[in-house]
Amino acid sequence: MSDVAYEAVIGLEIHVQLSTRTKMFCGCELGFGEPPNTRTCEVCLGLPGALPVANAEAIHFGLMIGLALDCDLAPRSIFHRKNYFYPDLPKGYQISQYDEPLCRGGKLGDVRIHRVHLEEDAAKLIHLGTSGRLHGSEASIVDFNRGGTPLAEIVTEPDLRSAEDAGEWLRLLRTTLRRLGVSDVNMEEGSLRCDANISIRPAGTHELGTKTELKNMNSFRFIERGIRAEIARQEALLRAGEPVVQETLHFDPRTEAITSLRSKEEAHDYRYFPEPDLTPVGITDAMLERARAAMPELPAARAERFERELGLPADGARLLAWRTELGDYFEAALADDGDDAPEPQALANWLNELVARIETDDPAESQVQPRALASLAAMVAGKRVTQNAAKQVLDRLVAEGGDPAAIVEAEGLGAIGAGDELEPVVQQALDANPDVVAKLSAGDMKPIGVIVGHVMRETRGRADGGAVTRIVRQKLGL
Amino acid sequence: MTDAVALTAAQAAAAVEAGDLDPRELFEAYRARAAADDLNAFVWVAGEAPGEPASGPLAGVPLGVKDLFCTEGVPSQAGSKILEGYRPPYTASVVARLAEAGAPLLAKTNQDEFAMGSSNENSAFGPVLNPWDRSRVPGGSSGGSAAAVAAGLVPWALGTDTGGSIRQPAALCGIVGLKPTYGAVSRFGMIAFASSLDQAGPLTRDVTDAALLFRHMTGRDPRDSTSIGLPEEVRLPSARRLDGIRLGVPDDLTGEGVEPGVMAAFEAALDRARELGATVERVALPHADYGLSAYYVLAPAEASSNLARFDGVRYGLRVEADDLLTMYTRTRHDGFGAEVKRRIMLGTYALSSGYYDAYYGRAQRVRTKIAEDFKAAFDAVDFVVTPTSPGVAFELGAKTGDPLSMYLNDYFTVPMSLAGIPAISIPCGLSEGLPVGLQLAGPAFSENRVLDAAFALEQALGFDGSGARQ
Repeated sequence: MSDVAYEAVIGLEIHVQLSTRTKMFCGCELGFGEPPNTRTCEVCLGLPGALPVANAEAIHFGLMIGLALDCDLAPRSIFHRKNYFYPDLPKGYQISQYDEPLCRGGKLGDVRIHRVHLEEDAAKLIHLGTSGRLHGSEASIVDFNRGGTPLAEIVTEPDLRSAEDAGEWLRLLRTTLRRLGVSDVNMEEGSLRCDANISIRPAGTHELGTKTELKNMNSFRFIERGIRAEIARQEALLRAGEPVVQETLHFDPRTEAITSLRSKEEAHDYRYFPEPDLTPVGITDAMLERARAAMPELPAARAERFERELGLPADGARLLAWRTELGDYFEAALADDGDDAPEPQALANWLNELVARIETDDPAESQVQPRALASLAAMVAGKRVTQNAAKQVLDRLVAEGGDPAAIVEAEGLGAIGAGDELEPVVQQALDANPDVVAKLSAGDMKPIGVIVGHVMRETRGRADGGAVTRIVRQKLGL
Repeated sequence: MTDAVALTAAQAAAAVEAGDLDPRELFEAYRARAAADDLNAFVWVAGEAPGEPASGPLAGVPLGVKDLFCTEGVPSQAGSKILEGYRPPYTASVVARLAEAGAPLLAKTNQDEFAMGSSNENSAFGPVLNPWDRSRVPGGSSGGSAAAVAAGLVPWALGTDTGGSIRQPAALCGIVGLKPTYGAVSRFGMIAFASSLDQAGPLTRDVTDAALLFRHMTGRDPRDSTSIGLPEEVRLPSARRLDGIRLGVPDDLTGEGVEPGVMAAFEAALDRARELGATVERVALPHADYGLSAYYVLAPAEASSNLARFDGVRYGLRVEADDLLTMYTRTRHDGFGAEVKRRIMLGTYALSSGYYDAYYGRAQRVRTKIAEDFKAAFDAVDFVVTPTSPGVAFELGAKTGDPLSMYLNDYFTVPMSLAGIPAISIPCGLSEGLPVGLQLAGPAFSENRVLDAAFALEQALGFDGSGARQ
């Protein structure tokens, strides 16, 4: 038994705070970082007698998400009450959706979407004392600014098979939502939150194992680490002949510890019933039309366009399109209609070089203008500067910005061609390495790198490796 | 000022308009009477007249408001201890609307806790006495409003009706009570009992007052998604005849379960209706008999959720404890009365996983059937008429030990609530010296026709309620 290979089956539940102007069911403006309890009213405080009114913009955003995820949009959906007691829930129930959600089915990338529904966020509880959790805290205080913020809950089918898959897919989802402009999708600030349902089964089998729900993963890194840790925990249990228990788990990214929040036996009975304070949401053709008109090009479509129109390989196209900021920078550079427009693949490679050199996620926030990167790529393509020298130019651009041609000029980094300039340097390298010359002459070309390296050192990378090799062959009569 | 108190609200408004009556004196006359109340009809009475004299079509005629309407800075406890000391930071839409129309707040009226009750004995402030006989209940849950209007302590008052809470106390106190079509009046700021059934309505001395007050209550409110308003302006009633009007008496109303004196007064009223030109026929409401059962699933289910917010965290009563769960349970144990707890438990059970379909789902289907029954009935008749309540006002304490017999008080009023249609109760006579109410119900949004028919009947019946005003 112990050498059975297991495969993980993972589904995600993602909560997205929508960046509407006002809250889901009242007129309070959304706020982040305001003094506690300043963005509240009788409705979002759940005061006696107050009634909710559904936010039309949130429904519009919900439809856009549904369109982006290729869902079936319900012509009529209703809100339900999800009843439970907790101090962050001022009415004693959350207004959510249950069996008639706004969107059903759908697909993003290789992952099927189960449903998308709208609901309201809970308030923020702050537990005073050392534990930082309700249990064992000295006191807890509530900030209702967040309470009532519109949320879209996106539930996937269990189509993911590894922590890395989950992370990658979540990045695609984040980019898609960012492109839609419906959310800040910032995990650290909580505008994108993710729970994972995880089970494992012997590879190649189809029956699902017992699943657990892993909560509280507030960064991409923690999600991947958390899922990995939970898969390992389940595997260890099964290998030891012990069952996996269906429960809700908490992942502590600091200690990597996974602890139980509650088991199935303690599961809430939420006593869902249709929210009598709200009328059903009817989706009209006009609403659909408006949502369609608001749709931007989405990452999946953009990747396909990069592949089709620019000839990028699928992987490279995805890499650019699934990170909006990279795609935008790439297209900005590509649009530079200077004397020699860069070749897309070469430009993509140079963008990777740039990304590796900067701290921020968004190259547009760096010193390097898209036009500068485009022109650098064009100079390399035109053999006016070598790869190696261009990397030095890029270092300078990252450090202080500017125009690559000017840097090449000022630093004397222009490529040294095959002519008179290069010949004496090659000769010098051959003179300095007689043992290498002997091997080369005997037909062993392996050590030619020594000569090329020598020349590169002498020319600070400005020489073209191919030209050096040609001159060596010429000189040695090979 | 006894003259002013003898006037109906509409007459008082006309007198103010004509310059014959000073609205401040009117307010003060009623304020003094309300302050001297010995029926326990009020939980709060204004200390003085509002700073600025009221203007508008209601001309400063002051208003009694059921405790469960939120009124800014004024205690609003819905008759419950759990809202001890609670003064809302905002005013219910309908109260604000009436204040704008010139009806200032005079007093908050006593009620059954969270509108759960038919006798006003479930109030944290103690029972209200019936001005016709102080050993008897005024009905409920709007018992304070009904008693205060009947006794002339306020010219008119607001109540709410979920399953009969305006109509039944109006009947037991010998006044007029209108439950409007669901959606005619905004619920924003009404502390909820059962959201899909609650409607605010007027309790008044006569039908004209009911029409006048209702005219300024109805209207779509952007803060209540379920409010629609009325498709037409509310007219002051003027009909004198009922020629061609078909009144339908439900098939199963045979007199069984109804006090003989109530049945006699009801039938005498039907005779007067015939004299005015109406025909009276039998009409089938095959599912109405299940109304009470469905109601006592649906209303508690919604209540169990609506009352979850009273948890001691933010406002009202909190009984301190070392941990959260104990604070919740102690607060709700001490804050809610027995009837409220009973309904929370019923409702929680009805919504529980595994029971939802058998109870809540089924009750919703019954509700749909009852609404269809009324639709079909209104193809055959213009109005459905019944006694409002099977009996007259009963002795205090007579039914407190038997919730089921108490619930039967709503037998005739609950079906209209479930169907969401308008129904009015008008006094139609006395039985053993106590008022009997007649209920007249019409199709959704037919308030103008309901008021007109009720007015014609009222004029013909000539009921004298002055005996309750000392």
